[in-house]
Amino acid sequence: MFNKKTGQKMKGLIHLGLVLALALFSLIQPGLAQKKMIQIKGSDTMVNLVQILAEEYMAKNPGAAIAVLGGGSGTGITALINGTCDIADHSREWKQKELDLAYEKGVRPRIFAIAVDALSIIVNEKNPLDTLTMAQVGSIFRGEIKNWKVLGGADQKISLYGRQSNSGTYAFLQEHVLNNKNYSPEVKEMNGNAQIIEAVTQDLSGIGYVGVGYLYDENGNVRRGIKVLKIKKDENAPAFSPLDKEAVYSAKYAISRPLYQSTNGKPSGLAADFIRFELSLEGQAIVEKEGFFKIGQELMEQNLKNLK
Amino acid sequence: MHSIKKKGFGRDLKESFIKNVFKISGLLTILTLLGIFALLLYTAVPAFREIDLKEFFTSTRWDPTSPEKPEYGLLSMLVSSLLVTAGALLLAFPVGLAVAAYLSDVAKPKTREIFKPIIELLAAIPSVVIGFIGITLIGPLIARVFKMSHGLTALNGSLLLAIMALPTIISISEDALRAVPQSYAEASLAVGANHWQTLIRVKIPAAKSGIIAAFMLGMGRAIGETMTVLMATGNARSFPHGFLQSVRTLTANIAIELGEVPYFTTHYYALFALGLVLFVLTFIINLTADLIMEKQKRKLQ
Amino acid sequence: MSRSIKKSKKNKLEKSALAQLIGFFFLRLAIYAVLFVLIYFLYDIGSKGYKSISWEFLTEAPRKGMTQGGILPAIVGTFLVTMITAIVAVPLGMAAAVYLNEYARAGRLTRLIRLSIRNLAGVPSIVYGLFGVILFVNILKFGTSVLSAGLTLGLLTLPWTITASEEALKSVPDTYREGALALGATKWQMIKTNVLPYSIPGMLTGAVLGLARAAGETAPIMFTGAAFYLPYLPRSLKDQFMALPYHLYIMATQHHAIDKARGIAYGTALVLIVFIVLFNLGAIIIRARLRNKWRN
Repeated sequence: MFNKKTGQKMKGLIHLGLVLALALFSLIQPGLAQKKMIQIKGSDTMVNLVQILAEEYMAKNPGAAIAVLGGGSGTGITALINGTCDIADHSREWKQKELDLAYEKGVRPRIFAIAVDALSIIVNEKNPLDTLTMAQVGSIFRGEIKNWKVLGGADQKISLYGRQSNSGTYAFLQEHVLNNKNYSPEVKEMNGNAQIIEAVTQDLSGIGYVGVGYLYDENGNVRRGIKVLKIKKDENAPAFSPLDKEAVYSAKYAISRPLYQSTNGKPSGLAADFIRFELSLEGQAIVEKEGFFKIGQELMEQNLKNLK
Repeated sequence: MHSIKKKGFGRDLKESFIKNVFKISGLLTILTLLGIFALLLYTAVPAFREIDLKEFFTSTRWDPTSPEKPEYGLLSMLVSSLLVTAGALLLAFPVGLAVAAYLSDVAKPKTREIFKPIIELLAAIPSVVIGFIGITLIGPLIARVFKMSHGLTALNGSLLLAIMALPTIISISEDALRAVPQSYAEASLAVGANHWQTLIRVKIPAAKSGIIAAFMLGMGRAIGETMTVLMATGNARSFPHGFLQSVRTLTANIAIELGEVPYFTTHYYALFALGLVLFVLTFIINLTADLIMEKQKRKLQ
Repeated sequence: MSRSIKKSKKNKLEKSALAQLIGFFFLRLAIYAVLFVLIYFLYDIGSKGYKSISWEFLTEAPRKGMTQGGILPAIVGTFLVTMITAIVAVPLGMAAAVYLNEYARAGRLTRLIRLSIRNLAGVPSIVYGLFGVILFVNILKFGTSVLSAGLTLGLLTLPWTITASEEALKSVPDTYREGALALGATKWQMIKTNVLPYSIPGMLTGAVLGLARAAGETAPIMFTGAAFYLPYLPRSLKDQFMALPYHLYIMATQHHAIDKARGIAYGTALVLIVFIVLFNLGAIIIRARLRNKWRN
């Protein structure tokens, strides 16, 4: 009668009951079970990567607690300014307005580059297009080119998918590819990279932009349903794909960018140790495994300087 | 004599104290409503140090983070909210009224007892679940039916909001129909009309005020809904040109941007200004419904 | 009566009988359509969600970037914030209802209170969220926490607990009150002994319904305390917390593990629905039983 399954069920039930009781109890006794915890908030492009780095770190350092939340680069930087997180993830640089605001509030950001991303332009796998120039990508997302036939495709209205204004990817693309002009008002603003991928997979005339780490599924293969476009710097340049690691490392791929973390002042304690882990050989190996790219020597030297 | 007086006085004091405790709880509701309005106003006003009032109400572009020219115009979002709401009511009002009529006039008491909890169950489904269904079920359905590439449109929002507004419209319309005095119906049947004609020509007109109130409260519910539209309508900034377009409502916009905005910046204040607009809008709708229902109550007395 | 008049009268009767048949058919259609929608939605969530449900799912914390493990912290978080909501909304709601039904005299103040209650019920949930951010998070400096979110939800739930409590009080027959007063009891004594004991079950039922609604709200807690992935349960009222509705929202729209996320989202939706449906059914059954008790 008391077999393994019943035992497991009872264990689960008791577990649930104990946890609820503990939760209730610890609410009344806030000092109970004090473990050091840091909060990392920000970039959706980075959230998956940083969560996995954090889990690896916590596995090696039981007693450390790292909470990794998303919300977009803007949310992360805001949280650092508002004092509601310890580390901000952001996939774009600080805006001047944000730096001014930070200084006003007594926040002195220290910035670390922990990985490199190749911003990828994706279309539906059935789309005949293979390559675009940077200028064309800008035109499309500014809403100047509205139909695929202009680019040699079907006579179909281009269906635009993008992020919301709190996204570092949104801001980065706007600055470096749209030349600081407004996005088309027709862009469907999705909540995260995952939604964009899902949408483009189902939308034959869709086009979107995502961080390179999202192109791969959990087995390391490129996801089905989407086609990753090759990008040319201009009409005469050769085209490169963000899947081509060599092209990204040698800066031949046109739209790559560092992924940053910022702290308020010099990081200390758990935050500093975690950043050190991310920059270590092991951390960078995880970065590569997740589809992103290791940071180069120059950036690494700057990082080490900022740690001091 | 002296001791009895003293006892009475002490007791009165205690009674009066208890009454005031309860009274304060009641007054708290007024305080909360005023407090919400006041705090919204207080936080929204600083926005207009930098934002032009005319631009705020007449511009169709809301792009506070634009590197070219930040703009704070709510018109596109307001129209989007109204569009989605209108679509929802177009569907929910007739269906809701029909269900209310069924429950009040056709269904046997036992059937009513079964259906009422079912409708309450519909009302209990959280908005985030409805929004989820919009993404996974209704959206793709719309895409298939209309041969579009995706379903995250105003139509999606309207269909879902209709489902959410239905319970409100049903319950208030039903109350209104049942409040019609029996004598009205009996008189109608006595002159030879059947139940259907009685319903259409006598009961519904008699319950007119309550039904209008139901409509307005359903409208209020739809305009104020956040999660459903946030998840299901695509959130494109453009001015809406039809139901098969992606739209961005006032509520969804606040939810999108509140997380990323540093406290006490113009953008932050501007979001509270949007909140104030929403508050005033729903307040007017609810107040109107209230006045209509009060008039009805007085009429039937 | 001549034959032609008889015939036209008969036609008229037939026409109106037909109209009734068609009319009532459409009414029935309406309610079956609503029924169909409800059942289809619940079936969709149920059939796609049950695959994710397991003891592990319900009793463990998420692992590996939320792709393994379970949603226990979200269940606990929802439970905790709902408790704070209850502490705020239930006693206040009952007290306000007692005032309205037992003490208040018809007049401008009472009308104003009722107006406020109805308007508070109509305030959009995101506006409550804004209010919570400015008052609890910033002005009172509670920060993003269980406390801020619970207080915000408490205000949102207040109109519902007041209305439900008032209904419960109204259902106590006046004879109970008159009897006590005739024996010389003061107002408060009368309420305490002859009204409250009979109305509290109804009040609590209404409270449960209101709390079930609060547990499913996302917008008020999104910016006042709910967070997505926390490695530990909240240790105090000042901590952030995970919550079922917010978890569903993130899983459905933002989460990066696209393949797994959908299944987890369905599972979370199912858990949320089951909790709410159970609470609602329970309250409805208790209410029906109470009503029958009163009738007899």
